[in-house]
Amino acid sequence: MQDFAASFFEAFRLVAGLDSGLIEIVWLSLKVSITAVFIATVIGLPLGAFLAVTRFPGRSIVIVTVTALMGLPPVVVGLVVYLLLSNAGALGPLQLLYTPTAMIIAQTILVVPIIAALARQTLEDLNGEYRDQLMLFGLGSLARLRTLLWEGRYSLMTALLAGFGRAVAEVGAVIIVGGNINHVTRVMTTAIALETSKGNLALALGLGLILLIIAFAVNALVFLLRAAAERSAYA
Amino acid sequence: MLKTARNWFCVPLACLFAAGTAMAGDFILLQSTTSTQNSGLYEHLLPAFEEKTGIQVRVVAVGTGQAIKNAGNCDGDLLLVHARAAEEAFVAEGGGKERRDVMYNDFVLVGPSADPAGIGGGADAGTALEKIAASRSAFVSRGDDSGTHKKELSLWSGIGIDPVQYSGGWYRETGSGMGATLNAAVGMDAYVLTDRATWISFGNRAGHEILFEGDPSLFNQYGVVTIDPDHCPNVRQAEAKRFVDWLLGPEGQAAIAGFRLGGQQLFYPNAGDGDS
Amino acid sequence: MHEPVRFGQQTATKPILPVTAERLFVRRKGRVLLDVEALTIGGRGTTVLVGPNGAGKSLLLNVMAGLRAPDSGRVLWNAEPPNRQRYGRFGMVLQRPVLLRRSVRANVEYALRAVGTSAGQARAEADRALEGAGLLALANASARVLSGGEMQRLALTRALATGPDLLFLDEPTSSLDPASMQTIEAMVKSASEDGMRIVLIAHDLAQARRLGDEIIFMHRGKIVEHAPTDRFFGAPASPEAKDFIAGKILI
Ligand SMILES: Nc1ncnc2c1ncn2[C@@H]1O[C@H](COP(=O)(O)OP(=O)(O)O)[C@@H](O)[C@H]1O
Ligand SMILES: [Mg+2]
Repeated sequence: MQDFAASFFEAFRLVAGLDSGLIEIVWLSLKVSITAVFIATVIGLPLGAFLAVTRFPGRSIVIVTVTALMGLPPVVVGLVVYLLLSNAGALGPLQLLYTPTAMIIAQTILVVPIIAALARQTLEDLNGEYRDQLMLFGLGSLARLRTLLWEGRYSLMTALLAGFGRAVAEVGAVIIVGGNINHVTRVMTTAIALETSKGNLALALGLGLILLIIAFAVNALVFLLRAAAERSAYA
Repeated sequence: MLKTARNWFCVPLACLFAAGTAMAGDFILLQSTTSTQNSGLYEHLLPAFEEKTGIQVRVVAVGTGQAIKNAGNCDGDLLLVHARAAEEAFVAEGGGKERRDVMYNDFVLVGPSADPAGIGGGADAGTALEKIAASRSAFVSRGDDSGTHKKELSLWSGIGIDPVQYSGGWYRETGSGMGATLNAAVGMDAYVLTDRATWISFGNRAGHEILFEGDPSLFNQYGVVTIDPDHCPNVRQAEAKRFVDWLLGPEGQAAIAGFRLGGQQLFYPNAGDGDS
Repeated sequence: MHEPVRFGQQTATKPILPVTAERLFVRRKGRVLLDVEALTIGGRGTTVLVGPNGAGKSLLLNVMAGLRAPDSGRVLWNAEPPNRQRYGRFGMVLQRPVLLRRSVRANVEYALRAVGTSAGQARAEADRALEGAGLLALANASARVLSGGEMQRLALTRALATGPDLLFLDEPTSSLDPASMQTIEAMVKSASEDGMRIVLIAHDLAQARRLGDEIIFMHRGKIVEHAPTDRFFGAPASPEAKDFIAGKILI
């Protein structure tokens, strides 16, 4: 119990002191995870949309697979990406191992299925509701899809936030492919793992609190943006 | 050339974000055991070297076994670990070029201060482990092929006990790093073998303390191994050599000796004592 | 009450009429849902589809609109298969119209933009259409928070705004209060007087009398009677139609 009090104190001390090491770590966490979510969106959203509105043989298998991949163990992704990016691996010449780019790749792989699966469900439900109406407007399939994406934007935004949550909280993959190198690839979660392994439990928990606050802040920001967008749309 | 390759993967946003680190100057990647990192040794050593040479040392701290594997995959420019036999095997197999002694400290047996197995003040480490086995007292093992794990197994085999048959009973393998294993030992009121540096810098000792120490068989030698460029053409050989020369030279050795935590010295420099 | 006005600008597309159906057949799980030998929608005026629930009225209209493919038979729009992109002058209000998650005005603008109206013109035309439907005060409200009557009016306004030659309305006044129903009927009448060909499903025989130039009576997927309104109500030919007009429940 005393640990909890101490961790609140540690969190407060770190934040209040504007610890430069902490800022660096927080900034890298955000950079890596936001970039990963951005790329995962570019890949996962069209994939989910494609699965939502098309019918082809084997579609159910693809959907079940993508949905199951939401549960990809980060450590496995980390290992696979490590093996690929390692100098002994196929992509070794790119020299990406132990860089933030490697972490972005690993997190992107973790987040794509989340965005694709949630987008697929959202857009398929929406398409069921909208299909006839959009056909009546005389739109081609791409224009219909564009409208579905816009109409489902808030649910889709939640899918992106779910992906961001997964990315920013994940440690198993980034510690393997990033190496938790001080000033280079150390992010919030790997710093927490390191402090835990040093037995500095209060500090580790304090960092965890800060991570929670960051996740909260990102979600709150999106929520406020949404509220502002709605206000301006119906002003 | 390397930089273009590094940026090859970027989409615009990622490029923007990755740029800050991709632009950093010369660096080497050090595959290291965890005790040197967890104790804070590198934070003490590296700034002096980086200041002097402009070469950044990027430390990836994993278990000794994992560090050697990573280096074997050419994912490091230098290896700093503590399992002499494995290091020499790495050199013999062609991954490593040259192995040198850097420093030493020792392993200690840590346990609940009540010492239920009564290992305190025993004759040697083997006797201490025998008492633990005989009393079926909980013992937590790294179980991760690390230097500490290798040392622990060699101590058990020295007294003719195969503890793995009791795995899941009183013998518990965490398969984790030293820190996680210490946290587990503290949580289970168990005995555990650890290097002294990690123990001294460990923040969650609770009711645990060093119960047995000082036996010569608990000697813990750290070695540095350079990577063979024939095996790994990309290795940053020159920069790695500068770091090795510095570490084994008077400046590096003095810096190691000068590293103190709570007034205690954690590592004892001994470069050149027993190189192979 | 607002005086309905003539809606929209017509984009240059092929004339859609006549719309014909030949030997339409739809079956699901062994049950015949639709079995229509022949039907032609041409000329002028308003056709009202009536019949008991589940008779297949909505299904027929959806098939004729090209939204559902029949199991067999075919629908032709001016001798070609239905193609909404080539025949712009077609509008339909579904039994459960879908309003976009946008403002009332944006819903109308969307339909106009979809047929190629420029953004600036779409806005002006949308406002004109909304004014005619008495919805201008609500132009900036979210379409999804309107009352039932307002939603139906908006759906109709949106369909009328593009100035279609042919308009399908699937129970446009079901579950509305009398005032809302009157507004919508006035909009339909006005459009019909302006020359728009209208096919409307009515859940209410009084409405069929008020709006219909001719009546199609459907039962169990079949067109049982197709007659001018006076003749249908004055001298129904089939026993089913007689029972239906007399208010007896048909199964
Ligand atoms: N896609 C479909 N699949 C299965 N049954 C359908 C489908 N569409 C309509 N039906 C059935 O066809 C019958 C006619 O429906 P509908 O045309 O909606 O009747 P109504 O005359 O009340 O508009 C109903 O029994 C309905 O359940
Ligand atoms: Mg119906």
